[in-house]
Amino acid sequence: MGEQETYAALDVDLHDVELEAKLDKTWGSRPGFWRAIATVDHKVIARRYIVTAFVFLILGGLLAMAMRLQLSQPEARFIGPDRYNQIFTMHGSNMMFLFAVPVMEAMAVYLVPLMVGTRNIAFPRLNAFSYWTFLFGGLLLWLSFALDTAPDVGWFAYVPLSGPEYGPGKRADLWAQMITFTELAALAVAVEIVVTVFKQRAPGMSLDRIPVLVWAMLVMSFLVIVAMPAIMVASSTLILDRLVGTQFYNPALGGDALLWQHLFWFFGHPEVYIIFLPAVGLVSSILPTFVGRPLFGYLLLVMALIATGVLSFGLWVHHMFVVGLPRVGESFFTASSMAIAVPAGVQIFCWLATLWAGRPVFRTPLLFVLGFIVTFVMGGLTGVMVASVPLDSQVHDTYFVVAHFHYVLVGGAVFPLIGAVYYWFPKMTGRLMSERLGRWAFGLIFAGFHLTFFPMHILGLWGMPRRVYTYQPELPWAGLNLFVSLSSVVLAAGFLVFFIDVLRSWKNGLPAGPNPWKASTLEWATSSPPPAYNFRRIPVVGSRDPLWSDADLPVAAGMRTDRRELLVTSIVEALPQARESSPSDSVWPFWTAIATAIMLIWSIFSPWAVVWGSIPIAVALIGWFWPKGTPEDES
Amino acid sequence: MKAALVIIFIVLLAGCGGNQSALEAHGPSAVALKDLIVLFTLLCFAIWLLVTGFLLWVLARRRAEPRQDQAAEQRMTVAVRASVAATVLVVAGLTVASFHATRSLNSGADDAVLVSVKGQQWWWQFTYKDATQASIFQAANELHIPVGKDVRLELESIDVIHSLWIPSLAGKLDLIPGRKNDLTLRADRPGTYRGQCAEFCGLQHGHMAFLVIAQDEGDYRQWAAAQAAPATEPSDAEAAAGKVVFMSKPCAACHTIRGTPAIGSSGPDLTHVGGRQTIGAGLLETTRGSLAAWIADPQTLKPGNNMPLVPLTSEELRQLSAYMEGLR
Repeated sequence: MGEQETYAALDVDLHDVELEAKLDKTWGSRPGFWRAIATVDHKVIARRYIVTAFVFLILGGLLAMAMRLQLSQPEARFIGPDRYNQIFTMHGSNMMFLFAVPVMEAMAVYLVPLMVGTRNIAFPRLNAFSYWTFLFGGLLLWLSFALDTAPDVGWFAYVPLSGPEYGPGKRADLWAQMITFTELAALAVAVEIVVTVFKQRAPGMSLDRIPVLVWAMLVMSFLVIVAMPAIMVASSTLILDRLVGTQFYNPALGGDALLWQHLFWFFGHPEVYIIFLPAVGLVSSILPTFVGRPLFGYLLLVMALIATGVLSFGLWVHHMFVVGLPRVGESFFTASSMAIAVPAGVQIFCWLATLWAGRPVFRTPLLFVLGFIVTFVMGGLTGVMVASVPLDSQVHDTYFVVAHFHYVLVGGAVFPLIGAVYYWFPKMTGRLMSERLGRWAFGLIFAGFHLTFFPMHILGLWGMPRRVYTYQPELPWAGLNLFVSLSSVVLAAGFLVFFIDVLRSWKNGLPAGPNPWKASTLEWATSSPPPAYNFRRIPVVGSRDPLWSDADLPVAAGMRTDRRELLVTSIVEALPQARESSPSDSVWPFWTAIATAIMLIWSIFSPWAVVWGSIPIAVALIGWFWPKGTPEDES
Repeated sequence: MKAALVIIFIVLLAGCGGNQSALEAHGPSAVALKDLIVLFTLLCFAIWLLVTGFLLWVLARRRAEPRQDQAAEQRMTVAVRASVAATVLVVAGLTVASFHATRSLNSGADDAVLVSVKGQQWWWQFTYKDATQASIFQAANELHIPVGKDVRLELESIDVIHSLWIPSLAGKLDLIPGRKNDLTLRADRPGTYRGQCAEFCGLQHGHMAFLVIAQDEGDYRQWAAAQAAPATEPSDAEAAAGKVVFMSKPCAACHTIRGTPAIGSSGPDLTHVGGRQTIGAGLLETTRGSLAAWIADPQTLKPGNNMPLVPLTSEELRQLSAYMEGLR
């Protein structure tokens, strides 16, 4: 490519050192506070995203410990009912909206551009805006908790309890608006990922050569795009009911309390897969590296990802099995909920086959993957149990379900995520984490997790409902609850070891080099941490595991070095189509996020905020999109 | 360790957990559900053992070199296909078992005892009705039923969503404002079964329990007749003074005592409160002392509940609790 141009600015015929200096000048961010705010480097933003999400994980974990303290004995008085309801609402909302979804999207923001071999994510300024929006939404929620006015209606905020009549004050509004912040952030990232995967892949990375992780992130992004509008409609109509007296959810005036549940779970069930599918991708990346052979069943795995994504929209009613639905409807949703066990099974079998054919090397990332398989299979099987309408009528809204979804979400997503941190930490920081502390962290987290959550299955079958701030001494639950509370200390200790390891290794870890694990995907083809421009020259891909099949990775030339430029390729074959400019750093996404935050928070109190608050947003957007006179893209 | 836990789990399934347990089934619905739980649990446990066992075998066996040859790919393809087929079969089988269990849950005989249940923050109102839907009498937080007879509960909510759950007798069903749900249950033997609200409903969701007392037909009829009667007159001077206190203080604005001027309806009907086993929706055993404690300071015992603190002298408190205790 690029033969027809003879710009001196092209990277053709430049020596590596000279090329790096030029690219660094074009792509790098300068030091300084405002420069840091203005950066649009996907790696910097992803790192901020990940660190912020892990801070929320710690906070959410502390809330869980507070709940376990209160439940450790019957009729305990450590925490009153009002504070307890805030705590479990915060725990759920925080873990779902401020930790799990953002951290998975952040992994995508970091890894996808590197794995597809491009220089930055698509719409990088939108990416910066997404982070700031997420941060402000999280701060809003936690600030309200600090002021003792946090939402107290559960992370699901069922009406009418969250409606104007039974949810006085601004608590439910704060919850609903936090949703708006985080969904906005999530939608932005989803759009970026889809475009990055479809249009910015390295030449030669045809659809059947995309790493499974990238497929997983792509399917996840589509789920976000389809599912999130439902919750935004739900939270917005709830705010309207509360603020301007609409009656969407008031049965006395023609509204419907169940409408909320349909809207919420139409989002809420895919939400589980929005969290889980990226974990499938993480596992599918880690596993081949530590068994020394490619993943078995690439096509099957990709089809399973897509099938899971499609099916996940047909299951939402299984959260509503005890609201009194018609039998036929119930049967349909039982069948569809059971059916999703098939693609989940396909994934597990492919991983087991890969392990069978490979030679496992027991490093910390693999330990977490193994712990994931054992734990997730159990969570999946209890998922089959709750998919049955009659069985669910006994365990719905009990501790059995609490156990089930912690097996799926912690076992199914957090275990792979921590494995992924051990795996990609060297890439992100240039330093290895400690193998010794890693083993301790795994042992404590794995044992602590099962000791904490397994007994909850039994408590549920023994009749203990969820979301109770206490229980009475005559019920036979005290012993197991105390056991669970004590076990949760072991689990917390495991996380403590993990975080200590992260902090120590960040400063003092051993240097990692570009590819410490001898892995096969493109992110390992560049230095650790990668330079601002990711790749000195755009790699050309000839197989599914490019770093395993070619001794020297071929590269494409002809990119300009004096301005930020990406290679745009075709969707299916990834044939080069155009060189496209990539936006430069800008503080306007930050100001837009501030203006949006002001409007959204103000609108909790007055509908006029939507009118007056949109003026600063418009001003910020004009700054953002002000034409710079960049020349047209070149084909 | 985990295997040991799972074995403990299976042992526990054999039956345990008190009178609010899905594993202590005392009615046909609960028995059918318990059988379903046992079936699913055993099958799922077996599958988990297979997967984990295979995983451990693979890890223990450590190959010298990873295999990528054609023969290995072939074997894996066959194994994965077979496993997926087995998954489909198991899942289909469990789906059929689930449908079957749903069909066996009864829908109620025509001569079923009819009770309207109104859930509210945070107690249960039970209105016994005759075949013409006319109300016979009202009770709170204690549901008496005849053994061996179908009982049809009409579930409604007057505020937020609640869920009625008596694990030993049947699965749960929600009470949703603006809707009406029907739940039929039957007890196979006399006994006291505890139920509790299962849908988060606000501050005192944790203290929204009730008792189901299954009695022989004769005992039940006797109880129902007594409940339908107006309140007994106080038998001594102290209780009589308590009645005066009740009628002159705000109590009567919220509570009904049939046969007296008290006809309030926002709190539980107290006509036979002294005869109930618990007060405060399963909170405390009914004694003169617990009644006094509740009246003196309901907000400490059940923070956030809708009963205000009514200032009383200690003399009045004593008299009032004597009156309440006598309302049997």
